[in-house]
Amino acid sequence: MLLYVFRRLLTAIPTLFVIVTLAFFLIRVAPGGPFNQERGLSPEIRANLEAEFGLNDPLWVQYLHYLRNLTHGDFGPSYNLPDFTVGELFAKGLPISIQIGASALVLALLLGSLLGTVAALNQNRGGDYAVIALATAGSTIPTFVIAPIIQLVFGLSWKLLPIGGWGDGAFVNKIGPVLTLALPQIAIVARLMRGSMIESLRSHHIRTARALGLSDWSIVVKHALRGAVLPIVSFTGPAAAALLTGSIIVETIFAIPGVGRYFVDAALNRDYTLVMGTVVVIAIFTIVFNLIVDIMYAVVDPRVRYD
Amino acid sequence: MTEAALAAPAAVVGRSLWGDAWARLKANRAAMVSLCYLVLMAVVCIAGPWFVRHDYTTIYSDYVRTPPSLSAYPKADMVEGALTDVLKRMRVDLKEWKLEDGLATVTVTATKPVDERYLRYVDRSDTFDNAKVETKSPDGLEMTFSAAVKQQYFLFGTDNVGRDLLSRTLMAGRISLAIGLLAGVVAVMIGVLYGSTAGFIGGKVDEVMMRIVDVLYSLPFIFFVIMLVVFFGRNFVLMFLAVGAVLWLDMARIVRGQALSIRRQEYVQAAEALGVGARGILLRHVIPNLLGPVVIYMTLLVPQVIILESFLSFLGLGVQEPMTSWGVLISTGARNIGSANWMLLFPAFFLVSTLFALNFVGDGLRDALDPKDR
Repeated sequence: MLLYVFRRLLTAIPTLFVIVTLAFFLIRVAPGGPFNQERGLSPEIRANLEAEFGLNDPLWVQYLHYLRNLTHGDFGPSYNLPDFTVGELFAKGLPISIQIGASALVLALLLGSLLGTVAALNQNRGGDYAVIALATAGSTIPTFVIAPIIQLVFGLSWKLLPIGGWGDGAFVNKIGPVLTLALPQIAIVARLMRGSMIESLRSHHIRTARALGLSDWSIVVKHALRGAVLPIVSFTGPAAAALLTGSIIVETIFAIPGVGRYFVDAALNRDYTLVMGTVVVIAIFTIVFNLIVDIMYAVVDPRVRYD
Repeated sequence: MTEAALAAPAAVVGRSLWGDAWARLKANRAAMVSLCYLVLMAVVCIAGPWFVRHDYTTIYSDYVRTPPSLSAYPKADMVEGALTDVLKRMRVDLKEWKLEDGLATVTVTATKPVDERYLRYVDRSDTFDNAKVETKSPDGLEMTFSAAVKQQYFLFGTDNVGRDLLSRTLMAGRISLAIGLLAGVVAVMIGVLYGSTAGFIGGKVDEVMMRIVDVLYSLPFIFFVIMLVVFFGRNFVLMFLAVGAVLWLDMARIVRGQALSIRRQEYVQAAEALGVGARGILLRHVIPNLLGPVVIYMTLLVPQVIILESFLSFLGLGVQEPMTSWGVLISTGARNIGSANWMLLFPAFFLVSTLFALNFVGDGLRDALDPKDR
């Protein structure tokens, strides 16, 4: 098992390398540069700035330089937020995004599994249809519609929640963003859970358990759930990577100072180092969570073995 | 398809794959209602702007953030405000005024003789029309004029600069639907070509072609889209061709898998044994069997593209003012929810209901075209 984890982490290095290389050259091919947009920047000053950040070197020199720094954990300075290094920006924003994303993920997994199970147990009855309707709504309505409507209803009309802002991490400030992020995920989890639970309930060992006279509760929780949870596990990997690295929409609408906005802002301002930093962070999260999911498989399903 | 061909000599007319699918689709009430709704939405968005009195770019500065109403504007209490604005511009003082049957009669005074040409300020406002001098005092310091009050309807209200929201929502619908179709068609075309090539040639070529797809897949999708925005600027037609060119990855995978499996089917082998050429097999067997998944995927792709377009427009990267799309409207609506919630609610309803309908049609088509799945 440990050997497997070690091997997987080793194979992650070339993957990461390819992603970094591709992203580095893609963003550099794009027209414009980090200091082109600022108005009133005289050519001399711009030349000095570019020299300062090593932007005049040949591209491959810059690339090697970036790679060397990256292996030392140095993401470089941000061009557009000159008071910060990319590392500092992430140190500040990432915990916030992770808090929101992790809460949304946990909420989605718990509530989604519960709803999906309820639907499966009441297949083709009222409860089932209600869950299906909710799941359809959750996966069709885009986040940028849900978020302002939550603001409108809970923030403006009922005045239960603040409309936006981080409020130093106060609980009420997190409810809106977490709900918005969680709703579509709840829909997906509920749908997955319903399907796999129905299948699991039909399997032979459940029939045997029924014949032996086990209680409904123990059949569902002890036996059926174990088989039904596998699709949820594989969903969790990419979902966790996406949720924990921040959502542009949610962080913009609720004015949360996370890392979700960095990607778009940085790419538009050609803040090369920040773009690269975001790509690397997302890639690392994806790789790590996929690994965790594969390990979880072995935990949940003893038939899966890694030697 | 093949059954129909084999049964040809019999007197019974066989039902084609499409006839069969259509019959199944017709039996699905949710899908049919959604289909009708989509057709209605398309007709309303395409024809609607010609019937709405207001152009989607016209700014009514007297009617900024006017709430939606079924009755005509201006409301009784709004005339006075508009009048004060006009008189301020004319640099005269109001003495008295009254409103009768949509005709306002106003008496004004000034310290200098009133110039009649200033009445054009009255005509220029969005509230009044047809200003005429009725009487004028001999010294010219006092004047009475009449002006008709313009009746306007803003069924969906107006936006934050005073443009009619109904015509804007309909125009936005045109753009959003057109973009959805455009990018959808581009993605399907590239995907089908790429996937079927990989599937037919097979072997090494297939291997390499699908590895390329895997590599493109591993980059964050949003990174791709933003790079496209960076490259193509904010020219939205070009950009959505490009977005279509990004979304073909799934299509290519589906078509490749399908093509691979169809090639190994017994009816294809039978046709080969009977001496049917590659062209005949392709046209008669492979393409008709590919079309099912392609059509299904296309109906699922269109809402994806519409969401993507709205998402980009929401970030300010998509369609640019004064052109508009549902995403643009929702984004301005979200910024004005405190003062004008209708700016969010109407476009959001249009977008969400369209997405719902597309979803149901997609599900219905899947059930109708994929008999194995039932």
